[in-house]
Amino acid sequence: MCDLICHIPPAVQDLLLSILKGFAVILVIFPIAGASSMAERKVSAWIQGRYGPNRAIVPWFAYVPFVGRFLQRLGVFNLMADGGKLLFKEDPLPGHVKKFYFMLAPLVGLVPAFTTVTVVPFGAYLDRAGQVVPLMLANVDVGILAIFAVASLGIYSMILAGWASNSKYPFLGSVRASAQLVSYELSLTLSVLPVFLWVNAPGTDATLSLARVVEFQSQPGLMGGMWFIFLMPVSALIFLVALFAETNRLPFDMIESEADLVGGFHTEYGSFKWSLFFVAEYSHMVVGSAVFVLLFFGGWNPLPWLPLATLTGWLHLQDWPVVVGALSVVIFLVKVLAMIFFFMWVRWTVPRFRYDQVMKIGWQKLLPLAIGNLLFYLLVIGAIHAF
Amino acid sequence: MAVITLHRKPLTFAERTYLPQVAAGLWTTFKHLLRPKETLEYPEQRPAIPPGYRGVPALVKDPHGREKCVSCQLCEFVCPPKAIRITPGAVPADQPERTHVEKAPQEFEIDMLRCIYCGLCQEVCPEEAIFLQNQYSMTGYSRAEMVNNKEKLYALGGTRPDAHYKWDKKKAAESAGGAHH
Ligand code: SF4
Ligand code: SF4
Repeated sequence: MCDLICHIPPAVQDLLLSILKGFAVILVIFPIAGASSMAERKVSAWIQGRYGPNRAIVPWFAYVPFVGRFLQRLGVFNLMADGGKLLFKEDPLPGHVKKFYFMLAPLVGLVPAFTTVTVVPFGAYLDRAGQVVPLMLANVDVGILAIFAVASLGIYSMILAGWASNSKYPFLGSVRASAQLVSYELSLTLSVLPVFLWVNAPGTDATLSLARVVEFQSQPGLMGGMWFIFLMPVSALIFLVALFAETNRLPFDMIESEADLVGGFHTEYGSFKWSLFFVAEYSHMVVGSAVFVLLFFGGWNPLPWLPLATLTGWLHLQDWPVVVGALSVVIFLVKVLAMIFFFMWVRWTVPRFRYDQVMKIGWQKLLPLAIGNLLFYLLVIGAIHAF
Repeated sequence: MAVITLHRKPLTFAERTYLPQVAAGLWTTFKHLLRPKETLEYPEQRPAIPPGYRGVPALVKDPHGREKCVSCQLCEFVCPPKAIRITPGAVPADQPERTHVEKAPQEFEIDMLRCIYCGLCQEVCPEEAIFLQNQYSMTGYSRAEMVNNKEKLYALGGTRPDAHYKWDKKKAAESAGGAHH
């Protein structure tokens, strides 16, 4: 191994590593976004009593007994067909748009969506000393702050798209987008503060790292193994609702609401540029769900009061860090996918709110609730540490 | 009329949080998720055709395999979108027992791109010669292909087992004394 990389100067090593990580993000997020779009179609279909896409199949795959048929019925190949279509379809560029910004907008949307992925820890393994080491691409200590800061840049892509499209529906959509995102950003941030106040108890190293939050939820004992969903249900609820609004999912998808805005900010977009918006949207969803799981659902710990380290002990996997790592990633992914399923499930359950209702919920209900919640936990934490 | 004032019940706190409602809704949609599918997988599974269904109109023959249409053109006149076009003609010379019918369609075309499946042609036909079939799936690559000619119409319609034999009775009555049957 060392023969290969040791004679490369460290600066170049770093660069190579960064490039590799970048590719890793792209190679993971694009398929996940695609799979989410497929899941979206399948879940929608099942909830509506339909079969959903189940026809497309690669010819030679049809000969694989059982598995081929199963994947076909699951619509896996429709996903490839969709991707291929979006890639090779004619890319329309309407005459009335501001061309440069029009083309820039999807890219602007993609960058924050991909950047946030790098700071999300997605698994952990135990090193020789039995210490839990989180797996993440960029281990920055500002964790949650980085995610909030970068993820909200995604709104610029919508504003840019709406403005550059130079027609009224996209414009209205992007105006709504900015208003809605600003309104819910506040509650979102306020709702996670109690969690970090709790984690950063006086006398410990201050951190905003998400991995630390998960670590906190994997301590022994009744309080230690408690996931934050049990400790702070109201925070979790506010975070969840705000997350729906931030990711523009129903019942808050005022931005795309096809009934009154045709397609919202991406009305004028087609083929690959349009699909980039969707990749961005789905990766926001994935990151949002991941953060929610990390904060409130114990990250890669299999069950409440059952941390990964204990499970590793039971399965005698201490000497297999790779297996433990894979296991933790699988546990984490299952939780994230369950969250994504929840997003889709809610989509077909709750009808879209009216715009004034969205604003009212955001400012008059969620924000006071978030502030009250923060105050409550301030007092509780203060009381705990005072006595 | 007495005016009854209805007072809307104020929402309870639980109702105003909207959460029990969302939970109940989630439960409902989850039940839908597990229910058997409502849709058919079309080309393999076909829907059951109810009686009285109005599919593609076609010409039918009587149980002896003889043409029933007498080219009266009533259907052509009644057809709202003017989908039917009939070229009237004489009964072919090779059917001597039907010469007393006098007329038969030389050509009979229904343009399925115009037809609206209203069933008026079937309603109006005095000879019960045109019926809307159960078939509902008509496809073609060109406009010309979508026009059903007489041959195709008889192929679609086949024979119909109702034994009226109106013209046979008419002939018998005529030969028996000229009276109507
Ligand atoms: S069904 Fe109606 S539209 Fe079609 S041919 Fe008969 S009369 Fe015309
Ligand atoms: S199908 Fe019936 S209505 Fe039409 S021309 Fe023939 S006999 Fe007359």
